[in-house]
Amino acid sequence: MPEPGPIVGTSPVRKEGMGKVTGRAQYVDDIVLPGMWHGATVRSTIAHGRIASIEFDPAIDWSEFAIVTAADIPGENTIIHLTKDHPCLAAEYVNHPAEPILLLAHPDKAALHAAVERVHIAYEQLPGVFTIEDAEAGAAGDTAKVIWDHHGHGAAPNTFKTFLMQKGSPDELEAAFAGADFIVEEEYRTGAQEQLYIENNGVIAEVFRAQDGTLESVTVSGSMQCPYYLVHALELVLNLPAERCRVIQTETGGAFGGKEDFPSVIGSHAALLAMKCGHPVKVCYDRAEDLIATTKRHPSRTRHRTAVSRDGRLLAGEIEIAIDGGAYATLSPVVLSRSTIHAPGPYHWPCIRVQGKAMATNVAPHGAFRGFGAPQSLFALERHMDKIARVVGLTPEELRRRNFLATGGTTATGQHLSDPVDMQHLLTRALKASDYHAKRAEFDRTNPAATIKRGIGFAAFMHGSGFTGSGERRLNSLVKIDVTEEGRPRILVSSTEFGQGTNTILSQVCAQTLRIPYEEVLVAQPDTGIVPNSGPTVASRTAMIVGKLVERASESLLASLLPYLSSRGDTLLAFATAAEESAYYARGRPHYSAEQFRAAARACVRDRGALVAQARYQAPHDIFWDDEQYKGDAYPAYAWAVYVAEVTVDTLTYMAEVKQFHALQEVGKVLHPVLAMGQIEGGIAQGIGYALYEKCVYQDGLMRNNQMTNYIMPTSADLPPIHVYFEETPSIHGPFGAKGIGELPMDGPAPAILNAIEHATGLAFNEIPLLPEDIFERMTGTREGGSESINPAVDRDSEVEAAV
Amino acid sequence: MSEIQFTVNGETCSVSAPPVRRLLDVLREDLGLTGTKEGCGEGECGSCSVLMNGELVNSCLVPVLQAEGAAITTIEGVVRLAGTGEKLHPIQQCFLERGGAQCGICTPGMILATRHLLDNHPQPTLLQIQEGLAGNLCRCTGYMRIFDAVEQAAKPPVTDEVTG
Repeated sequence: MPEPGPIVGTSPVRKEGMGKVTGRAQYVDDIVLPGMWHGATVRSTIAHGRIASIEFDPAIDWSEFAIVTAADIPGENTIIHLTKDHPCLAAEYVNHPAEPILLLAHPDKAALHAAVERVHIAYEQLPGVFTIEDAEAGAAGDTAKVIWDHHGHGAAPNTFKTFLMQKGSPDELEAAFAGADFIVEEEYRTGAQEQLYIENNGVIAEVFRAQDGTLESVTVSGSMQCPYYLVHALELVLNLPAERCRVIQTETGGAFGGKEDFPSVIGSHAALLAMKCGHPVKVCYDRAEDLIATTKRHPSRTRHRTAVSRDGRLLAGEIEIAIDGGAYATLSPVVLSRSTIHAPGPYHWPCIRVQGKAMATNVAPHGAFRGFGAPQSLFALERHMDKIARVVGLTPEELRRRNFLATGGTTATGQHLSDPVDMQHLLTRALKASDYHAKRAEFDRTNPAATIKRGIGFAAFMHGSGFTGSGERRLNSLVKIDVTEEGRPRILVSSTEFGQGTNTILSQVCAQTLRIPYEEVLVAQPDTGIVPNSGPTVASRTAMIVGKLVERASESLLASLLPYLSSRGDTLLAFATAAEESAYYARGRPHYSAEQFRAAARACVRDRGALVAQARYQAPHDIFWDDEQYKGDAYPAYAWAVYVAEVTVDTLTYMAEVKQFHALQEVGKVLHPVLAMGQIEGGIAQGIGYALYEKCVYQDGLMRNNQMTNYIMPTSADLPPIHVYFEETPSIHGPFGAKGIGELPMDGPAPAILNAIEHATGLAFNEIPLLPEDIFERMTGTREGGSESINPAVDRDSEVEAAV
Repeated sequence: MSEIQFTVNGETCSVSAPPVRRLLDVLREDLGLTGTKEGCGEGECGSCSVLMNGELVNSCLVPVLQAEGAAITTIEGVVRLAGTGEKLHPIQQCFLERGGAQCGICTPGMILATRHLLDNHPQPTLLQIQEGLAGNLCRCTGYMRIFDAVEQAAKPPVTDEVTG
């Protein structure tokens, strides 16, 4: 029998694709349970204050409604992420606009809107803090601006977390600056960004009671990335043991991080309502509510101060990162961690100090979004590298070439890069593919006389795969594979599919390891009642970390089945002696058909009663991380990339557009080329939106453009051709050599685009999103046209001055 | 309440509904056709796209009264019944094979927009594809795989099968 062809590296149709193209896939809002009620949330209308009174308008018959307040919470009034500062329902104080205060449920969804409007809440208003600068003032001692001081967290007020990452001693740093030929300083800012998954956050909760009415268990189904995060949240809020909190992921219509931490909130709310009314309760937000209430990417401010030699060597760097975490800590400390570690980029720094801080403001908590802190600090770095090049008098290309990390180099955390890294080659190939040099010369020649200026720019960057530092050790992920009655393998993981291809790539890895067709492999719906905790589906960890565990579990399953597999079908192989057995296997593993595999699996189950293989994460023995010193191997592996953007800037309309985009990345083995290209292209589209389209407009902490009509993401008519190229350098950490891929494409587009805009216009823009009104403002020297005046903290004068 | 009659995927339907009830809700809740999705509720995202008398409409913006007498096609009507088993429409097949669907929530609307596009431009240029789908937002793909799927679906079939 011929060896089956490879499955990994080919592009079979996605596992759940049939349901999606026929419209039969069941998303949470498509599900109706018998007797189901609908839930709604009464939210604060102010940013900061004490709740003085809650009145129920007598115009409504409230007896028809289930009403839940903080007093109804059987466990702790907290949504657990890393700390317990985040209430499930505000009890006494509100700390951001649209903060949940009270929940309503009713059998008729249509009755809820009016009822929410008729819960009248009075407040004693307190001053709000809406900018990083105001939060810093509070941290520095201005008590009127202290809005967050969680007991025992050990940092200054208004400060969720700080990091200090140092390479070289303070004396060495000082000496490097003292001896530098150039010191280059600049400040960079990025705005909030909405994930804008097309399916809003939504869940359905069901409560099961015993005959005598005692609570037995709760089940929450819905749109989410991390079912076990929600189990953990429910345990605390409901005061139930984990095994009685069951969470099921339904088909999920996009997530991008926006369904990492937030389902713990909406899931807890639905469960409380279901307990109160005794019916299943569905809570599905509409777009306006999702936009004001759920998490967004952290706004950031990054300051660079860099010591550079005359020949363009980076001698030392000081980087200060501040991110706006919103009203509660949620995931801000880990977002900040990734931001800090990615801040030095793919460069060799003899000496560097990176300080990061996550600040509190009276804005809805910011949370996970693809890239998770890295897009912010890499935007700053890759804009800054172009500025350094200009100051030193080198091309952006040459400056980077003189400073790239290479194989055997050491990162800012002291990580020795033993796996091959070739940024020089990536840059050469990306510039060639994009015809960078010829275009740069052509645009330089034609721009002076042109109304529409053209520019080309690039960014070089990396993204760490998997949880930061000791995260994977702590997660201790477990993967199982069982076999069904018909003898087909079924992957049991809590890793979720939300478009990125989890089901498909894990099936490919399983099929190839088991040497059976891809179609034979099944993937169980993520249901914490049956799947083990393989960790959250975040951090570019699924292909590399979970994929490796699927490979190992598949090997283990195969080892159990080998005695049942032979070229003669399902005949049980009987070996007279151990020597005979080893001689048999020494000739190579037997080849078998899918039907023979099934028969062997059935025979094995018949003998043993069940067949379940498993694999648990084992930290590589050569990977160390020191949380205290913030040093060591920050990630098991990195993906490396160079992205090139070609833009036009119309000097009549002030519109900047991306005309061509070239994306080259080294991501280890590409498991599924079509899915991988889709990941890269989709991430780049979001990155283009981040740079040029998507602006969250806040007023007193509330997002005012909470509609798709005026929060603008790129359409099919807005995007340039996106050319994707892969380099495949296999990594030992992932299955068949794969590394992480999902977040990488979010990091590069914004700096590449703004570098290209600087090439086109000669103007250095250091803040995103960059909208036509901002370009107008800079080009015409007026301030009236700028949309950024909404944020009073931005010091326009110094910005303009810096750019001139 | 009004009695409203129209056809959905070739079958006559009669519903009793407030005249301004959204066609989207009638399809999803009254008729159980949940393949039509709501993304924004204000006609921006196109997830609720259906064909009404051959025109692409956002069903969240159509009061059901407007559908009186109309012929509606939803994603559930795109799968073709062929002989004993059902068969994917070539557009669906191409979306499946070319990576045109990721999370899948925009996919039903995108497939109906594609069908409308190909009805009007059987061999569309890239620009026609870009403009034809500009009312349907996709947050996952960056649209490139969708363009590829549409171009593939527009190619004459290699078999002698009749395209729908």
